[in-house]
Amino acid sequence: MNISLLTWGPDGWLDQMAMGALMTIAVALAAYALGIVIGSGLAAMKLSRSLILKGIAEVYTTVIRGIPELLVIYLVFFGGGAALRAIASGMFGYEGYIDPPLFVTGMVCIGVSAGAYSAEVIRGAVQAIPKGQIEAAIAVGMSKAQRFWRILVPQVARFALPGLGNVWQFTLKDTSLISVIGLVEIMRQAAIAAGSTREPFTFYLVAAILYLGLTSFSNRGFNWAETWANKGVRRA
Amino acid sequence: MIDPAATAALVAEDIKKRFGSLEVLKGISLTAEREDVISIIGASGSGKSTFLRCINFLETPDGGRVVVGGEEIQIKQGRSGPVIGDQGQLSRIRAKLGMVFQSFNLWSHMTVLQNVMEGPLTVLRQPKAEVRDRAMDLLAKVGIAEKHDAYPVELSGGQQQRVAIARALCMQPQVLLFDEPTSALDPELVGEVLRVMRDLAAEGRTMIVVTHEMGFAREVSNRVMFLADGLVAEEDTPAELFGNPKTERCRRFLASVL
Repeated sequence: MNISLLTWGPDGWLDQMAMGALMTIAVALAAYALGIVIGSGLAAMKLSRSLILKGIAEVYTTVIRGIPELLVIYLVFFGGGAALRAIASGMFGYEGYIDPPLFVTGMVCIGVSAGAYSAEVIRGAVQAIPKGQIEAAIAVGMSKAQRFWRILVPQVARFALPGLGNVWQFTLKDTSLISVIGLVEIMRQAAIAAGSTREPFTFYLVAAILYLGLTSFSNRGFNWAETWANKGVRRA
Repeated sequence: MIDPAATAALVAEDIKKRFGSLEVLKGISLTAEREDVISIIGASGSGKSTFLRCINFLETPDGGRVVVGGEEIQIKQGRSGPVIGDQGQLSRIRAKLGMVFQSFNLWSHMTVLQNVMEGPLTVLRQPKAEVRDRAMDLLAKVGIAEKHDAYPVELSGGQQQRVAIARALCMQPQVLLFDEPTSALDPELVGEVLRVMRDLAAEGRTMIVVTHEMGFAREVSNRVMFLADGLVAEEDTPAELFGNPKTERCRRFLASVL
């Protein structure tokens, strides 16, 4: 292990590792947001009365949860690239090679998986709200939209928080898989540094510390959020 | 002849409801004039809760009509029976019918005060300061003002039910519907809720109360309906119905509960 490599400035690698960490955070946040949007949509489909919508959501979660995430990434990356090239040549007559934008691809790859997992969490949270509270809202004359925003959403958020904390945790870690498509986040940066300095252990250890720092920091955030959101909820 | 539905506080006419092959309500009618307190009694499964839930369309009746303060709830024919005709109108009418549930159904993410203020703020869009004053007055009236910052989970069942009554009252409803308001309470907590309900009756509120509390039905209401098998088996003043029941069904029911 060579500590002298771990300095700031042109001779050390800390600047690059820090940039990698920022990229990890950025792509994780974007993917997580996308995942919650997808997950909310899927949960709504699963709870709807339409058999078709239910079926689509069921197929989505079964497929995404049933294949390795690395494979999801390859499928989105190569499938997305092929689709982009088809659009470019079909609509604009451009015949060159286009790679899909790395950040967006990374966000979609991880977001697609996060969506499948958060769908279950959100669906469970919706079902945890006592039906009587919705009836009370109906009886007082609230419209569907008012019921949704005033009664459903705040309670879904609190019931879903622990589960969504888990989803965040593995979303953050799964961003390391994105390194295979060339997005320079923590993992990719560690590999680059390891290769050019021949000190793999040093840099993978730094990567581990960075991930651990991020996960334990966000864990604290979620614990705090849970305490805050759980006022008025009986602890199970 | 003037349609009595035009002047009464609430009219439900020939309400029918079936769940699958089970015919729960076979045509029940009720007219509540202003200041009426009507108790609905009957064995479990006689349809009394379902009837109450049909009045504000928590269950859409399969037949019949409901008129509140002269305005009839609009229905239209769907593929498998009547459906709500105009959601906006229904919401507006529901806001005039305060409902108190057996299991309180307070919103657990809101404090006591927020629960009471929610309807007037969100549905009626009344100014916050005015609603707050009214809510605090009502909480004082049901004897729970000092708990206004508590969450429902921190209250006893009797306290929760009193908050639920304040929540219904804060909408300034024309009619109050009570769906077995004391059935989920421990026996020692029933009294505090009944006391509040007695006060409301004494103020001249129009109330329809589905209940197992025969003492309340007898002493507080001015009319009692006895339901059996989805029909009104007997309807009378409490003195007559309890003192001199006309039907064998009612006699047997009263003998079993008194």
